[in-house]
Amino acid sequence: MMTDDLAALRTEAEAALAGAADLRALDAVRVAVLGKSGSLSGLLKGLGAVPADQRKERGAALNRLKGEVEALLEARKTALEAEALTARLKAERLDVSLPPRPFAPGTAADGGIHPISRTIDELTAIFGSMGFRVVEGPDIEGDWYNFGALNIPDHHPARQDHDTFYMPGTDAAGQRLVLRTQTSPLQIRTMLGEPPPIRIIAPGRTYRADHDATHSPMFHQVEGLVIDRGITLGHLKGCLTDFLRAFFGISDLPVRFRSSYFPFTEPSMEVDIGWNRKTGELGGGGDWLEILGSGMVHPKVLANCGLDPREWQGFAFGMGIERITMLKHGMPDLRPFYESDLRWLRHWAADPLAPASLHEGI
Amino acid sequence: MKFPLSWLREHLETDATLDAIATTLSAIGIEVEGIEDKAAQLGSFRIARVIEAVQHPNADRLRQLRVDVGDGRELSVVCGAPNARTGMKGVLAVPGDFIPGTGITLKLGEIRGVKSEAMMLSSREMGLGDDHSGIVDLPEDAPLGESYVKWAGLDDPVIEIKVTPNRGDALSVRGIARDLAAAGLGTLKGWEVAPVAPAYPAPLQWKIADPRACTWVLGRAVRGVKNGPSPQWLQDRLVAIGLRPISALVDITNFFTFAVGRPLHVFDVAKVAGTELTMRMARPGEELLALNGKTYALTEEDGVIADADGAEALGGIIGGEHSGCDEGTTECFIECALFDPVRIALSGRRHDVRTDARSRFERGIDPALLPKALEAATRMIQELCGGEASEISEAGAEPAWQRQATLRFARVRDLGGLDLPEAEVVGRLERLGFTIAARDAAQVTVDVPSWRNDIAGPGALAQDPSLPADRARIAAEGCAEIEPECDLVEEVLRLGGLDAVPAVSLPVTSAVPRPALAPKQVRAALARRVLASRGMQDCVTYGFLDRATAALFGETPDGLHLENPIASDLDQMRPTPVASLAMAAARNAARGFGDVALGEIGGAYRDPAAGISQLAVAAGVRAGQTAANWAAPARPVDALDAKGDALAVVAALGVPMAAVMLTTDAPGFYHPGRSGVLRQGPKTVLATFGELHPLVVKALGLAGPVVAFEVFLDAIAEPKRRKKGLPDLPAFQPLRRDFAFIVDASVPAEQVLRAARNAEKTLVADVVLFDRYAGDKLPEGKISLAIQATLQPKERTLTDAEIEAVTGKIVAAVTKATGAVLRG
Repeated sequence: MMTDDLAALRTEAEAALAGAADLRALDAVRVAVLGKSGSLSGLLKGLGAVPADQRKERGAALNRLKGEVEALLEARKTALEAEALTARLKAERLDVSLPPRPFAPGTAADGGIHPISRTIDELTAIFGSMGFRVVEGPDIEGDWYNFGALNIPDHHPARQDHDTFYMPGTDAAGQRLVLRTQTSPLQIRTMLGEPPPIRIIAPGRTYRADHDATHSPMFHQVEGLVIDRGITLGHLKGCLTDFLRAFFGISDLPVRFRSSYFPFTEPSMEVDIGWNRKTGELGGGGDWLEILGSGMVHPKVLANCGLDPREWQGFAFGMGIERITMLKHGMPDLRPFYESDLRWLRHWAADPLAPASLHEGI
Repeated sequence: MKFPLSWLREHLETDATLDAIATTLSAIGIEVEGIEDKAAQLGSFRIARVIEAVQHPNADRLRQLRVDVGDGRELSVVCGAPNARTGMKGVLAVPGDFIPGTGITLKLGEIRGVKSEAMMLSSREMGLGDDHSGIVDLPEDAPLGESYVKWAGLDDPVIEIKVTPNRGDALSVRGIARDLAAAGLGTLKGWEVAPVAPAYPAPLQWKIADPRACTWVLGRAVRGVKNGPSPQWLQDRLVAIGLRPISALVDITNFFTFAVGRPLHVFDVAKVAGTELTMRMARPGEELLALNGKTYALTEEDGVIADADGAEALGGIIGGEHSGCDEGTTECFIECALFDPVRIALSGRRHDVRTDARSRFERGIDPALLPKALEAATRMIQELCGGEASEISEAGAEPAWQRQATLRFARVRDLGGLDLPEAEVVGRLERLGFTIAARDAAQVTVDVPSWRNDIAGPGALAQDPSLPADRARIAAEGCAEIEPECDLVEEVLRLGGLDAVPAVSLPVTSAVPRPALAPKQVRAALARRVLASRGMQDCVTYGFLDRATAALFGETPDGLHLENPIASDLDQMRPTPVASLAMAAARNAARGFGDVALGEIGGAYRDPAAGISQLAVAAGVRAGQTAANWAAPARPVDALDAKGDALAVVAALGVPMAAVMLTTDAPGFYHPGRSGVLRQGPKTVLATFGELHPLVVKALGLAGPVVAFEVFLDAIAEPKRRKKGLPDLPAFQPLRRDFAFIVDASVPAEQVLRAARNAEKTLVADVVLFDRYAGDKLPEGKISLAIQATLQPKERTLTDAEIEAVTGKIVAAVTKATGAVLRG
C-alpha cells in the first residue's frame, strides 16, 4: 500500500525524468531522488522514526518505489542515449569524396615493380618449380668466361655478331675484361663451381654495342643450364615448352624447334612460338615468332669446365627478357624500358604486394 | 644470302613447291629470312590495250580511257598519266588487286563524275622501281591478256637465307640443293666438268713464301679474252641476288662464289709486275688499294698475294685495284686458292672488310673442289669471253682433309631424344654425302665429305687452366670421343626436323622444389618490394653513363672506362645507381614531372684491378615535393625521407635496428650537413643517405631538393636462421610519461633518445620523439625536444614513488648526456 507522500514522490520523479532532456539532466534527477540527500534517500533514512508496527510495511513500500524509480531512470537513460546517438550521427558528416591521405612518405603512394624485374620474378617462379636455382655473376667479365670457354675462340665469326664492349685491363687470371655480351658465362661459372647435377637459370644485364629502335646497348638475358646423366633433347623441348606455356599463360601455345647453330651447343636450335603477325596476339594465327636459342651443351664446353662428356650431358638456353616481356604485355617499344619515364613506369609497373607466385598464378 | 628459285632448280631436281622448300630449309637449320615472290604479289596484273584515250570531261589533267582487257571485256579507266594514249599497251589492275607501291587494294571508283573500273599501273605502283613519270608502256607485241610478271620474266621467286657460321658449304646454291635433296625434297643434279686442254704455258707462277698466307693454290691464264658486259642471264642472276654486274670476267668469279661456294679472283696478266705471284705475309708499312676503293694499311699478320711491286690482294678477302680485270683485259689469270679460316677471320675483322669471299673462307670451303672449280671457271670464261687456256700453275698441296666419325645408334635416342631406325640414320648420313666406312649392330663409322669441315673438325679446347690435370685430361679425352658423334647426331636430327623429337617434361628432382633464390637474392627481391611499397618506382637504368657525370658521384678509375663506348655519354661504369636515378629525375623534370621517387636494385661498379668489380646496391632518389593533399600541405622532400627509405630496407633485410649506428661522414655527392651513413659496428657501412650536394643538383640541371640513398646489399649479413625466442608479454599495463627538454640546436636528437632509453633499461621499454620545436619562444640556438617514454613494469604495478624515481632517472640521464634542461 502506497501512502500519499510516496505516490506524490513517484509522480514527481516521473515528471522530472520525463523533463530530463539529456544525460546530464537525468543524472541530476537521479541525484535529487536517489542521491545521498535525495528525496527518496531521505525517506529511507527517516524510516527509523516510523512507528514499529508501520515500519515494515513502509520499508517494503519504499524499497519497491526505489526499484521502480531505478527502472524508470534506466529506461529513460536508454532512451536518451539512443536519442543522443541519433543526434550525433545526424550531426557528424565527413566528405567521403575526399581522397584518402597518402600513406607513403614520398611523392605519392604509387610505387611499382619494373616490368623487367617482374619478368625475372616470374621466370624464377616457373623455373624454380622445375627445380632450377638462380645464379648471378658480374657484368664486367673475363673474356674466357664470355667467349673462350663457350667455344667461341677469338677468330670465331660469332664474335663479330656480339659487338663487344671492352674494358681496359685484365682480371686476376690475366683475362681480358669485357662487359658480358650474354649471360652464358654463368654456365661456365656454375660448372666450375659445383658438381652436377645442375639446374640453374641466370637472369641478368648484358651489353652489346648496338643501339637502334630494337637494340639497346644494355639489355637483359636469362640463361638456363641443365646438366645431368641422361638429359636429352626431348627434355630440352619439354622444359622450354612447359616454361613458355606457363609464362605466357597459354596452355596450348604452339612451340616450334628449328635446327640452328650456336658455338656452345650441339645440336642447336631456335625456338619459335605461334602468333598472329597482324594482330600481335600470341597463340593462334599461323605465324611463327623466334623467341629463344637453345641446344644440347657442346662437349667442348663441358670439357673446358672439366666435365667428361661421356658421363655428363645436358642442355642450355638463352632468351631476351625484354623480348618476352614485350610479347607478354603487348609493349611496342624497347627504348622506354631504360628511360625511367614516370608515366611509363606507372603504366607498366607491377604491384609490389603481389609478387610472382605459382599458387596465385602468373 | 639470296638466290632465285630457278638457280636452285639448276642443281636440284624437284617438284616441291616454293612453300615446301622454304619450310624445309627452316626445319633443317637454314633459316629463311624472306621470300620475294613477284608472281604472288603481281600475278593478277595483266597486259591490256588502250582502245581509246580521250580528255576527261571535268578535269584538265585526267584522261578517260577505254581499255581492252583481253578477255572480251572493255573497262573504263580514269588515268592521270601524261603518256596514256590511244593504242598503247600497259599493265592493268582490276578491283580487288593489291597495289604494292601504294599499299592499297583497288576498288571501283568514280573520279569527277566518270566511272573508273580499273587502273593502269606505273613501275612504282607495282613496286618495281622508282619510275612514276607515267604508266608502263609495253611494246606492241606484248600479248594482250597475258600475266605481266610472267611475260616480263619476273616470276622467279628469290629466297633469302641466313646461313649459320658453321656452314660454309651452305653459302652456295649447290650446297643448299644438296641439303634439300638430303632432306627428301628432290635429287641433287650431277655437276660434271671436263678439263680444258691447255694451249700454252702459264704466264704466271705461284709461289708460297709463307704457309700461313696460303696452303694450296691453283691458277691458270686465259688469253685472247674479250671482257665486255656479261650476257643478260648472268646479269639478271647477279642482280637477283643483290650484286652489281661489272664485267664478264668479274661476274664469272662472283657466279662461282654463289653457285658452288668457291670464291675466285681474276688478275689482269698485263698488270701483274713480274712473272710470279707470291703468297706471303704483308710487310711492315705495306698498303693495298682494294677493289672497293679503300686503302688498307696491312700488318704482318695479314696474308697477301704479291707481285714484284708488292701486295696485289688481301688473300681470300679482297682483290687489289691495280691488278684487277677491266674492259681492256685481254689475258686474265684465275686464282683458286685455299686460305686458313682463322687468319681470314682475324684479318677481315682487323680491317673491317666484309666480302662474299671472306664470309666463305672464314667458315671454310671445300678443299677438294679447287681443281674442278678452276676447270669450270676456265670453261665459262672461254664461253663468255673467248680465248685459250694456259697450263695450270700450282703451289702447295691439297691438305689432308679426310677424316672419319663414328655414331653409336643408341646416341640418337640418348642424346637426341628420338628413336630412329638404324637404316634411316644411315640413310640420312649417306644422303648428306657421308660414305659408310664400317657398320655393325651398334654403330656406324663414316667418311666425312670434303665440304663439311664443320663435322669432326679439329678445334682446340680452352680448358680452365686451374683444373686438376687428371680431370682436364679425362674431360678432353671424353670430348674427343663424343664431339664427332654429336656432330652426326645433329645431322641426323636436323634432316628430319626437330619437331619429330617428342617433348618430355624434366623429371622431378624433389617433390617440393627447394627455394630457387639464395638468401642474398631474396634480400634483393625484398628490397625492391619494400621500396616500391614506399611509393618508389622500380627502375632499370644503364650501367654506364658519361664520365663527367660519373665523376660527380664518385671515383672514375680508368679500369671502368670503356675502350669502345657506343657513345661518349655512355663511356664510364657508374660508381653508384644514384647517379643514373638522379639523371632520370632530371629527365622527368624536363618533361614536367619534377616530383618523383625512383628506385633501383642494381650494380655500383668498382675498379676491377682492386678485386671486386661490382656491388649490389638498392638505391633511390626522391625529388621535388611530397604530394599535396587536403590533410597535409606539400613539403619539400628532405634527407630524412631518404633515411626512412634506407632504414626500411635495412630493417626488412633483418638487421637489428638497435645495432644500427649513425655517422655523418657521407660521400661527397651528398650535402655535407644533411647526410649520414648507417653502420653496423664501426666498419660495416650499411647505407648512405642525404640531400644531394647543391653542386651535383645544379650540374644535373635539377631544381629544388633532391634526396637519395644507397643500401649496400652485400654488406648486410645473412640473418641467422635462429629460432625466435618467445615473445615478452607482461601482465601489467605499460604507462607513458612525456618530457620536454630544451637543448642546444646542435645536439643530435638521437643522443636525447638514447640517454632516455638507457636511463633504466629494466623499465624503459621505448622512447619516441613526438615533437621538435625551434622558434621565437625559445632562446637563440635552442630547441625543444619532446619525448614520450613507455615504462613497462614486469613484476608488479609500479608505485607512485617508483614512477617518480624512474622519471627522475630519465631526466637526469638526458641532462647529463646533452646538457638539456627540462622544460617548465
